Amino acid sequence: MKDDFTELTYFPGCSLATTAKENDRSLYVFCKRHGIKLKELEDWNCCGSSSTHSIDHHLSDHLPARNLSLAPPDRPLMAACPNCYRQLKLSHLRLLQNPEAQEAYKQMWGREFDPDLKIMTFFELLSDMVDAGAFDTRKDGLKGLKVATYYGCMLARPPIMRNEKNFYGFMEKVLAAMNAQPVQWEQSAKCCGTFLTVTRPDIANKTVEGIIGSAEQVKAECIVTACAMCHMNLEIRSKLPGKTPIFHFSELLSLSMGIGGGMGWFRRHLIDPRPLLRSKKLIG
Amino acid sequence: MITTEQLDDIVELSKEDRDFPREVIRRSGVNIHMCWHCKTCSGGCPFSGDMDYFPNQIIRLVQLGMKDEALESSTIWICVGCHTCSIQCPQAIDIPAIMDVLRQMAMAEGVKVAQPHILNFHKEVVNSIRRHGRTHKLEIMMRYKLSKKDWFADMDVGLKMMQKRKLDLMPSKVRAISDIRKMFHAEQEGANEG
Ligand code: SF4
Ligand code: SF4
Repeated sequence: MKDDFTELTYFPGCSLATTAKENDRSLYVFCKRHGIKLKELEDWNCCGSSSTHSIDHHLSDHLPARNLSLAPPDRPLMAACPNCYRQLKLSHLRLLQNPEAQEAYKQMWGREFDPDLKIMTFFELLSDMVDAGAFDTRKDGLKGLKVATYYGCMLARPPIMRNEKNFYGFMEKVLAAMNAQPVQWEQSAKCCGTFLTVTRPDIANKTVEGIIGSAEQVKAECIVTACAMCHMNLEIRSKLPGKTPIFHFSELLSLSMGIGGGMGWFRRHLIDPRPLLRSKKLIG
Repeated sequence: MITTEQLDDIVELSKEDRDFPREVIRRSGVNIHMCWHCKTCSGGCPFSGDMDYFPNQIIRLVQLGMKDEALESSTIWICVGCHTCSIQCPQAIDIPAIMDVLRQMAMAEGVKVAQPHILNFHKEVVNSIRRHGRTHKLEIMMRYKLSKKDWFADMDVGLKMMQKRKLDLMPSKVRAISDIRKMFHAEQEGANEG
């Protein structure tokens, strides 16, 4: 039986709730246009990625577990951010394998562990839409925009998650269907440096300049990311003169349907993408 | 697969030196003796050039019981846990899980931390979660800068983010903050208090 994705519990995560509101908004709009209802997970907390797993593994077990315990059983839990997804899914897999941990979970949250809860990424939803032919009619769409698709570390994952779906090449496929021109480039899966951007800007600068430089080399007009943290790091750490705009994937998806101009999303970018979008007649 | 005992036969390790790899294996759930040092991880790691030991060398240090060298390395702090290494590892070794354990051992044992600012940053993130259940970026940045006594570096970036309204003044908060307290309470013993 096919999963029903018309109504989803939505986990925005700390970035989309704050620094990357434009990612959150464009995702909502896109889903709404396609008849998909996103219901934010009630009173969600930080997923526990990055710093938490680095220095406190108890906490990085508890944080995603509370989120799982809050998810209603009758619909999938979808994370917008790849890191949040990894953390939530990992927590669910570990709980599945460990009856003792399930008991502790029940004690802690007063709710049963749900072994059947489906946890998914935004990519899985999209892939379902692609299969259903949702994007086959975008003749005009993104008007030949030359895009470098940036995955960062989102395709990498711990060995325990080896059997999960892999979305390599997926953004290219979707964007091509929307009449963009994805380019081939070298550094599409190079990690953005996450917290090094704050703590070791020397390392982050050269990493990000390598990434953006590699996209510029193949004459990409812009870069698209599927992770809000990557988006921020690419925007703040490049001192290259090219000023290549960086988009959230959800923004391009909405733009392909003619939504975006006047929504206030692009104003929030540190590298202003509006001149490019105007020159491509993607916004007025 | 080589067991710890077999390794002990190949390379003669003292009792204390043997305890260290065992402890890492127990806490991480990763059998580090599966590593045959093909160095795929080190070649793929985007930050290996900025580490004092390559990722596979860290594993080697653990195999050989060289605890001080491993716990005092910069590698365990530079590693961001991106999994670029483990996805390519022919032995499916969860390298970031080893790094997590080493970092937490370094904190518990009070050894000299090679990248104290990185530790401070992580602590500020965890403190922010303790207060709000979510991360509050502006607060994290201010407190991190305070700990580093370095107000002016990156001032331009911070101002630009403020101007673009990317740094909210007020945190986004969990309502049931008692749930968050419960988590911190549950792991008080042996916790890494900041
Ligand atoms: S890739 Fe795996 S087997 Fe090869 S050196 Fe690294 S950890 Fe060892
Ligand atoms: S997880 Fe750590 S060691 Fe592995 S590739 Fe990423 S930064 Fe390097």
